[in-house]
Amino acid sequence: MSLSSPCCLSQLAASGVGVLLALPVFGIFAARRALGSRLIYAACLAVCAGLAGVALITLLAPAARLEPVEIPIGLPFARTFLGLDPLSAAFAVIINLAASIVSGYAIGYGAHAREPQRIVPFYPAFIAGMNLVLLAQDAFSFLVGWELMSLASWALVVSEHRSAENRRAALVYLIMATGGALTLLLAFGLLAGAQGGYSFEAIRRVSAPGVGPIVLLLALVGAGSKAGLVPLHAWLPLAHPAAPSHVSALMSGVMTKVAVYGFVRLVFDLAGPPAWWWSVPVLLIAGITALLGVLYALMEHDLKRLLAYHTVENIGIIFIGLGLALAFEASGLRAAAALAFAAAIFHVFNHSLFKSLLFMGSGAVLNATGERDMEHLGGLIHRMPVTAVAFLAGCIAISALPPFNGFVSEWLTFQAILLSPQLPQWVPRLLVPAVGATLACSAALAAACFVKAFGMTFLGRPRSKAASGAAETDRWSQTAMLILALLCLLAGILPGFVMDSLGAVTQMAVGARLAPQSALAWLRIVPIDLHRSAYSGLFVFVMIVLAAATTAFAVRRFASHALRRSPPWDCGFPDASPATQYTAGSFAQPIRRVFGSVVFRAREHVAMPKPGDTAVARLRVELRDTVWDALYAPIIRLVEATAERLNRMQFLTIRNYLTLVFASLVTLLIIVGTWR
Amino acid sequence: MSTYDWLIQLAQTALVLALAPLLSGVTRKIRARLLRRQGPSVLQPYRDLLKLIRKEAVVAENASWLFRAAPYLILATTWVAAALVPTFATGLAPGAAADIIVIVALLGTARFLLALAALDVGTSFGGIGASREMLFASLAEPAMLMAVFTLSLFAGSTQLSSISAYMLGPGAGVNISLALALVALIIVSLGENARIPVDNPATHLELTMVHEAMILEYSGRHLAVIEAAAAVKLLLYLSLIACVFTPWGTAVAGAGVLACAVGVIAWAMKLAALAFLLVVFETAIAKMRVFRVPEFLGIALMLGLLATILLFVSKVSR
Repeated sequence: MSLSSPCCLSQLAASGVGVLLALPVFGIFAARRALGSRLIYAACLAVCAGLAGVALITLLAPAARLEPVEIPIGLPFARTFLGLDPLSAAFAVIINLAASIVSGYAIGYGAHAREPQRIVPFYPAFIAGMNLVLLAQDAFSFLVGWELMSLASWALVVSEHRSAENRRAALVYLIMATGGALTLLLAFGLLAGAQGGYSFEAIRRVSAPGVGPIVLLLALVGAGSKAGLVPLHAWLPLAHPAAPSHVSALMSGVMTKVAVYGFVRLVFDLAGPPAWWWSVPVLLIAGITALLGVLYALMEHDLKRLLAYHTVENIGIIFIGLGLALAFEASGLRAAAALAFAAAIFHVFNHSLFKSLLFMGSGAVLNATGERDMEHLGGLIHRMPVTAVAFLAGCIAISALPPFNGFVSEWLTFQAILLSPQLPQWVPRLLVPAVGATLACSAALAAACFVKAFGMTFLGRPRSKAASGAAETDRWSQTAMLILALLCLLAGILPGFVMDSLGAVTQMAVGARLAPQSALAWLRIVPIDLHRSAYSGLFVFVMIVLAAATTAFAVRRFASHALRRSPPWDCGFPDASPATQYTAGSFAQPIRRVFGSVVFRAREHVAMPKPGDTAVARLRVELRDTVWDALYAPIIRLVEATAERLNRMQFLTIRNYLTLVFASLVTLLIIVGTWR
Repeated sequence: MSTYDWLIQLAQTALVLALAPLLSGVTRKIRARLLRRQGPSVLQPYRDLLKLIRKEAVVAENASWLFRAAPYLILATTWVAAALVPTFATGLAPGAAADIIVIVALLGTARFLLALAALDVGTSFGGIGASREMLFASLAEPAMLMAVFTLSLFAGSTQLSSISAYMLGPGAGVNISLALALVALIIVSLGENARIPVDNPATHLELTMVHEAMILEYSGRHLAVIEAAAAVKLLLYLSLIACVFTPWGTAVAGAGVLACAVGVIAWAMKLAALAFLLVVFETAIAKMRVFRVPEFLGIALMLGLLATILLFVSKVSR
């Protein structure tokens, strides 16, 4: 059997997951020594790189059809199939690429863990779970993988269990994850029908009529809660930052992508042909998610929580692409659907790169200073130059600015939006421009958010002793971050190659592929035709470099070379105290005032002492999480009230209990009797 | 793509940089005349730039490499964006490599870097400028994109050359969406170029200032480069409006040298006319309070959105 034969590739991938599943056992023993945990992380790096390679070959192989391998483990009545089709291969490349680089980072970063035995065994299990979800070709192993992913990441979230905040985060996460898995279980049950098989093949063949809309709804809740769609995002900014930073990078940069995969698999592949109105809830939720996510992030001063909230925004952008793809596909506009879908998957790829990078950078900062609060950071560009460069690249990329990669996927999404007047229905036609405006708004706000994140953390003067005494992070971490920064740039200037490798995926999901891109002059991407729109990241990059070089040369040739260092000018009143700088709070204040007064019901209370009184003046800002107040708080109250009621039933006499048992038996019998 | 096309492109690229200070000199002159002042020569911006690059650069002690590199990158991104706008000839060589969304995004990159440079030294003025600039941008950029969407939906293209050609053609007429987009674009231009009523380019040391607060720490050659970038940005916005809404006289792709010469003269006249209108508007209106500006820019966003939705709903879809 040759290496490129599809069956062999599926087996290779399956055995890779097997190795990942075995690693936790070694991890338990290895975690006792620093070298042991390094070895485990190195093994994860190697396996993930191998899996990414296998998936890439599968993705690019011309073989249209890959046979899944049957694994003799699982339920007796449901056979277990593992394999890679184009869709899962694309996600497997994205996920394993990021996971292998994060593992490389962890070789250096993991050494700082206080209790490695709480992290090292679960880390490979977490990656194995994610890979199992992707490889699964039947509902049973999909759900097993999903639960493994949830539980392993839960264990990692709770690894720093001494802080009450982390324990609360873990609890909220566990509840949300359970709910999400339940809805997915229901979705698969509905798809399989009364006697259908649980393999994806069988589900595709049978496709029970009329279940599509319900499956869409369940997928939005189940996969959406994992991905962080508003209003189901509440756990995400709690849980992602609570984990150690390399795990945060995996959870935010990688696990949310597995959730997107779950949604795509259910809605685009298994639920049958979509109706046009399916796109309406998706677009609506996605637009709200994008805008709310970035506004939440702007209000946040904790670096890791800011990044977690920002993941919510990016998930919104991805789902905007998916929603558009649904609308186009339902109306038979296959080329447009392929464009929107490719834009979404491209953004999945981009986000996995820069969000992992940014979380790794925040981990390096956290390690060097012990601080996550931006109000206590500053000036780190002098003390952590490499981290600063990598973090800056991530910030530019995530703010969707050319020539980095975030811009390309956003540009593609805009191009898809501009095609939507072709839609025959009125509702999406009215909705799409509004979604476009939200997307534009959230992109601009993202730039503000990352000016704040980079500016407060790395620029200015140190705001605390910890920040002024920081030292650069270790070589492993630096290398990992620089590789990701480079990938962000490369994907931005050579987008054609990424687009071309997505051809088989769009073919599978929406039944069309974009024209080949990478052979065009200047490596430009042309989604529809040249007179309509084109973008060449390479050209823009070369132009910028040339323009900057020309300017620098001219200045060098003609301008004075004299340079004097002096105290800051600051209008003639330089202030010695770093406390006089703008803080994260003051930076966000105008935006809070303009947007937050509506969304967060932001209120500012100023306590100004009377003239002559020497007491301190205080400014207190009050922000309310409207989503939590409107959705979660009532549910929590209801659960507590119900528990209070039920509590009384704990202290009944045996006679009362027997009466209760008898009464419920009679009721059930009556129900069964009338049902017949 | 012939050599001739590349030459034209090179000429445009050089011209936008060379003429940008002249344009700001002209606006200052017109403004001075309207205020019954003599005003400095229209060449004064060139002299200012020369003076600045000959001076010693004074850099704050704690400034990082970012502070010193940012001016060059800001000018480079702004310049590239300006070079992508058809000025005297359409059918530019890179037109097929970057569209109007790229131009908006490149300006976003320049703004991002400028805001970071402002935060680098760690002074309160830098922070105030960066914070406000990003607030304004969070409304101005989507407003600009919405206006761009309107134009793109009309022309069925996001390429400026195609949009310009469409506006010249018989398909374009007086249209409510187009008018709304024009108003939105003008408001955004005022905001993005730090003009009255959003910001005041003529003052320093005023608490409401935005752009000047960000570049307060810059001096010497760094300041010269940043000033040049600001001038190029103004030229870019005026050229953009001229290219889309008054496409007459512009040389089309493959036109001869004579047509190009006509194009240059037409472009210069359009710029002068737009500069005059800009200054008349500026002198006739007062500067706004900072928190009025988001409302002002919000109007642009809503107009842009309205224009787009009207187009989406009407049958004009290509």
